[in-house]
Amino acid sequence: MRDAGARRVGMLVQAIGVAGLLVACGGDAEGASHPDGSPADGSGARISGEVTVLAAASLTEPFETLGERLADRYPDLEVTFSFGPSSGLAEQAAAGAPADVLATANTVTMDTAVQAGVVDGTPRVFARNTLALAVPAGNPGNVTGPADLARDELRVAVCEPRVPCGAAAEALLDRAGVEAAPDTLTTDVKEAVSLVSLGEVDAALVYLTDAAAAGDAVETVDVPRAGAVVNDYPVAVMADAPNPDGAHAVVDAVTGELGRDVLAEAGFLEP
Amino acid sequence: MTGHRRRTDGRVPVALLVPSVLGVAVLVLPMVGLLLRAPWRRLPDILSSDAVLTALRLSLTTATAATALSLVCGVPVAWLLARTRMPGRSLLRGVVTVPLVLPPVIGGIALLMVFGRRGVLGGWLDEALGVSLPFTTAGVVLAQAFVAMPFLIVSVEGALRTTDRRYDDVAATLGASAWTTFRRVTLPSVAPGVLAGAVLCWARALGEFGATVTFAGSFPGTTRTLPLQAYVAIGSGDTDTAIVLSLLMIAVSVAVLVAMRRRWVGA
Repeated sequence: MRDAGARRVGMLVQAIGVAGLLVACGGDAEGASHPDGSPADGSGARISGEVTVLAAASLTEPFETLGERLADRYPDLEVTFSFGPSSGLAEQAAAGAPADVLATANTVTMDTAVQAGVVDGTPRVFARNTLALAVPAGNPGNVTGPADLARDELRVAVCEPRVPCGAAAEALLDRAGVEAAPDTLTTDVKEAVSLVSLGEVDAALVYLTDAAAAGDAVETVDVPRAGAVVNDYPVAVMADAPNPDGAHAVVDAVTGELGRDVLAEAGFLEP
Repeated sequence: MTGHRRRTDGRVPVALLVPSVLGVAVLVLPMVGLLLRAPWRRLPDILSSDAVLTALRLSLTTATAATALSLVCGVPVAWLLARTRMPGRSLLRGVVTVPLVLPPVIGGIALLMVFGRRGVLGGWLDEALGVSLPFTTAGVVLAQAFVAMPFLIVSVEGALRTTDRRYDDVAATLGASAWTTFRRVTLPSVAPGVLAGAVLCWARALGEFGATVTFAGSFPGTTRTLPLQAYVAIGSGDTDTAIVLSLLMIAVSVAVLVAMRRRWVGA
């Protein structure tokens, strides 16, 4: 019995260990991408090394494209993106995350990083974005406008009020005089878009660009005067950037012609 | 374990000492860091805020419901695994313990594929019964049970295997039916194992994040449990609340370990 008891305790200890592991692995919601670093004509060869970019989730598609184009321009530069909610990224930056560049989906979140003194110089606005009402293909909930977000029988997703897409959604709903009844508050805009494309919600307020990036699974419904609520996207080099030259090269690309083209293609507005 | 004890003169080789100190540091430092950064002065205010209390209440009720569900369904599974010669038992054991090693987010995606609106069962449930689990408190309980029930099953199965089956046999020869034997003889004999499994299961359910956020979403009062509230807090720049919630969860974990201490001391 003694031996059996010991084994039982051993199993429990093991089980607790596994529990700890699972808890530790539970909250990883970061996306990262590595540009392939394909060879090119060799211009700007002095820019090299790794650059880590913290970027708003809504910038996922254009920045990944930008990363590929940058690999052509600077073959020795390796740009890694970490996409997430701007407020969380700004907080990471303020807490001293070893990043080179920060790009957020509104100025409020960028201000957090500026006030923490972790940003080099003044952030530059490089793009603007507006909201759209995204519905699954075929619009199963017959959503015709923001007023439908108050319908109780509909499943609705809106971003957390403290992340930029949520702040914008709140502003838009306020203007429209709609008391929305969301069923879930997502921590970033991409989560809301995937709920729409899965058909798990009937409608979500997301950025126009994200609705467009989602492809055929997502349709948009016109929002009257959606243009009245606009998010400015600022970008900045981090004060303690491990690779300041690389960081400035990336920011120049984002704010320059390359960035303008890629962002316009994705549906962003010019600043 | 006690049989092999030899004298080692209490001297610990450096090759073992250094890595073990590092290992302990990895485990302990994060918690020390939380304590150092904790906003002690604001702690009462944050702990008594509506958002935290709502999340705490939801967490306690859902974890308890998930544990009840796990007890009702998990103890019979453990019994099947430990006491029958049913074919495919080892396959069953593998299947029910997969969630132990599966990233919970994957569990959430899997649940969505089954019970989601366009899921295998979810579509039917929605149309036939008007029941829809995603984004509901019931969905949270299901997600937690998915992740936590294996802890109970493993614990109870272990207990069943190590208790003497002959009591069951005696009960049977005295004329007790299989069900009566299970209720009156088997279950009481493994009660400590069931209790330990239930405590572990409850703690795991309380800490569940990935499956919940993926399958049940995140809405205050309905689906936003403590870990989700902590994640929202850190994601929206409210570090103080995130730290306080973390301390709250650690306090609960420590309480669980203390509750199980007696089982540990035997090792």
